[in-house]
Amino acid sequence: MGSLFRSEEMALCQLFLQSEAAYACVSELGELGLVQFRDLNPDVNAFQRKFVNEVRRCDEMERKLRYLEKEIKKDGIPMLDTGESPEAPQPREMIDLEATFEKLENELREVNQNAEALKRNFLELTELKHILRKTQVFFDESVPMVYKSTSTYSSNKYRRYLQMADNQNEDEQAQLLGEEGVRANQPGQNLKLGFVAGVISREKLPAFERMLWRACRGNVFLRQAMIESPLEDPTNGDQVYKSVFIIFFQGDQLKTRVKKICEGFRATLYPCPEAPADRREMAMGVMTRIEDLNTVLGQTQDHRHRVLVAAAKNLKNWFVKVRKIKAIYHTLNLFNLDVTQKCLIAECWVPLLDIETIQLALRRGTERSGSSVPPILNRMQTFENPPTYNRTNKFTKAFQALIDAYGVASYREMNPAPYTIITFPFLFAVMFGDLGHGAIMALFGLWMIRKEKGLAAQKTDNEIWNIFFGGRYIIFLMGVFSMYTGLIYNDIFSKSLNIFGSHWHLSYNKSTVWNNNYLQLSPATSDYEGTPYPFGMDPIWQIASSNKIVFQNAYKMKISIIFGVLHMIFGVIMSWHNHTYFRNRLSLLYEFIPQLLFLVVLFFYLVLLMFIKWNRYAATNEFPMTEACAPSILITFIDMVLFKNSKAPGKDCNIYMFAGQSFFQTIFVLIALACIPVMLLGKPIKIMQARKLANEEVQPITGASDAEVGGMSNGGGSHGGGGEHHDEEEMSEIFIHQGIHTIEYVLGSVSHTASYLRLWALSLAHAQLAEVLWSMVLSLGLNKEGWLGGIFLTVVFAFWAVLTVGILVLMEGLSAFLHTLRLHWVEFQSKFYMGHGYAFQPFSFDTIIENGGAVTETE
Amino acid sequence: MGAAVLPILFFTSLWAAVGIGGSIITPHGPQRQLIQCILMLTAGCCWLFWLCCYMAQMNPLIGPRLSRRAIQIIAESWNMPIKEG
Repeated sequence: MGSLFRSEEMALCQLFLQSEAAYACVSELGELGLVQFRDLNPDVNAFQRKFVNEVRRCDEMERKLRYLEKEIKKDGIPMLDTGESPEAPQPREMIDLEATFEKLENELREVNQNAEALKRNFLELTELKHILRKTQVFFDESVPMVYKSTSTYSSNKYRRYLQMADNQNEDEQAQLLGEEGVRANQPGQNLKLGFVAGVISREKLPAFERMLWRACRGNVFLRQAMIESPLEDPTNGDQVYKSVFIIFFQGDQLKTRVKKICEGFRATLYPCPEAPADRREMAMGVMTRIEDLNTVLGQTQDHRHRVLVAAAKNLKNWFVKVRKIKAIYHTLNLFNLDVTQKCLIAECWVPLLDIETIQLALRRGTERSGSSVPPILNRMQTFENPPTYNRTNKFTKAFQALIDAYGVASYREMNPAPYTIITFPFLFAVMFGDLGHGAIMALFGLWMIRKEKGLAAQKTDNEIWNIFFGGRYIIFLMGVFSMYTGLIYNDIFSKSLNIFGSHWHLSYNKSTVWNNNYLQLSPATSDYEGTPYPFGMDPIWQIASSNKIVFQNAYKMKISIIFGVLHMIFGVIMSWHNHTYFRNRLSLLYEFIPQLLFLVVLFFYLVLLMFIKWNRYAATNEFPMTEACAPSILITFIDMVLFKNSKAPGKDCNIYMFAGQSFFQTIFVLIALACIPVMLLGKPIKIMQARKLANEEVQPITGASDAEVGGMSNGGGSHGGGGEHHDEEEMSEIFIHQGIHTIEYVLGSVSHTASYLRLWALSLAHAQLAEVLWSMVLSLGLNKEGWLGGIFLTVVFAFWAVLTVGILVLMEGLSAFLHTLRLHWVEFQSKFYMGHGYAFQPFSFDTIIENGGAVTETE
Repeated sequence: MGAAVLPILFFTSLWAAVGIGGSIITPHGPQRQLIQCILMLTAGCCWLFWLCCYMAQMNPLIGPRLSRRAIQIIAESWNMPIKEG
């Protein structure tokens, strides 16, 4: 046992744990990952549980770790990931961990604060440095301008400024437009010229300038210069470009206005001395301070780096530890405390096969905690539906995921996954059959399988990649089967291989060939060897461009129906396994048998007709069995169901393929029709009879009998404690259900058979697309000659290769994949699969840490 | 009947070897049943797929219709010379 064919047998167990051993035991179970705990206090809210405090402490630790992680990522320090998972630490170690994290966090926060303050300081100083440097230029420019004539300047603003400057004496102080200078020399005029200097971010500058102009009515004069190197914003570390500006104005009113505007635009203003000597001195001071700051800043960064590097070594380990502790306490919260408070009681689902291993793990846990009382694992009787647990490995996992995506199997139901491993890639390959495209796909799958470990280790958030990687075995098998079907279709990038030598031969004269555009080989003559090409399609069909599709359509449609009908019959037979396993005799007799009969007499007969037609009709045969008399199977089938006599395809032809066909067909249709009422009424009537009988027999003790009949009417579905809880269904409901099922099945088998024609349609589309791509793209390149043709071919080949991979392999592959998925989910699984179960979710550290890691990565 | 014995025997026994022989020699272990199921399904599907293709061509009702250019190329490259006259 333990195979994939049915889910594992599960048992509900009660677990008694000594309080002091509980932590260690749960930790061991978490490492094992085979136990699903049930919440025993569902009505207690999360804040009132026993170990809330511990969970909170873990949350706090996790937060600190995330903070550390963020800082480490910011600095781009590589985190050591050994991939090993340390055991959950003892509860007393938690305090140590907490202390460590607390210390680290505080240290880091302090360093960060210091660094920010220092950076702000640094920024201010750098800005000041730039202001001093740039304003020097402005002031220097103003000197010669003053000496020039004033009349040539047309700008109003400029003239005023120069006049103002002119009004002053040759005093350098006044030329520099200093307040004192102006005031001292022009006391009467009340002409007071002031300036402010500052720094503003570059993108705000135009708006700032406009605003100043408008608000001050052009009475201010602004000069600006760009700071070439970007400055770092201390709050978020962004690089910003800024400009230095200096504004000259006149009067106090304008001064306040200018200052307000500066404030509004978040421009930083700096004091700028008027005297050049002062400025020079200040610049010197600023430079030394910047240098000092730089050393301090460097030291701070070094310290931060050291702290982070030390933390990065252990971070992953810590994360694992904290997550494990948290998971354990979270699990302990699900437990019940017994009356004496000495013991914790848990309920859990465990796979029957693993009870031994679980007990071993519990014993280890007890030993580790030093407790003397062994834990007790008790099996309980239950009527609840156990969870569905399919033990998968890396190969079967993806296939199981395909099935689970539709619905998790009911408990102990036949699992379609093991069959899907082959039928899925095979049906895919029927649509995707091309040796070349299949090889590309198989190689891609093989590469992922070979590099499995390395690729799995580098986890990415790229969802598309993760899907491909998760399905690597499916992709590989799909590729391999496509190569096989491609060989059979004899398609490699829409061309054929002539391995065995075509079994068609040319027997024409030169004149015949010259006089006819087209010549059709005749299967009745020696053109055809008499036996077919031994493996796959004869390569001559690939060349017969004018009637290749006619021939291949007939072939591909037939194989679609053949495989479809077999697939469906296979599904119905699976339902037989379910009925016998659940001892559901009623369903076996009144559902399975008529269903199978219905499918066989109608659709399997259709398949047989195809083989008969392939076998009996040949161009070399005597008259009634020649190609002219071959009847259309589809029309034969339709006429059969309608009880109509078909028209013969030609004069004197026989409409039937074999003796007694008409008789058999009538019988078959009658059987099929008779199956319908059996499916529709058989089971409900039997249930009704059983209930009546039960009521008559055990009238007095109704309570007990009801449950019994309920169990029986569910067809003994109580196996494993299943059905009993959904008691007596209404009789009318049963009838309605059965009616719906019957209609679904009868109409479904018609539409599902037709639905399998998608195998033909997609395969045709794929082959045609490949051919179009070849003839429209690559053959252009192949037809050119000379060295130019070589270059042209290279370009064309690249184009063709990109389209082949992009459209034919990726897009067509995706579409064929989806169609295959549908064929499995709808056409195949509807025949037997309930999918009413719920998945087994064991308490496992591995999954918790994996998911936890994913969560933090997306943050 | 246009069947040749040799290819039918060969391919049938090939897939029978995979399906039946393969599942007999599957090593004992927890996954034995699964591997057997995989082998048998593979053999069944592939054999039937080959058989259908074989039978569809066994008694062809139509022959390939070839263009003049195709005939010339076949005659040259598949070594089927066109007769004089």
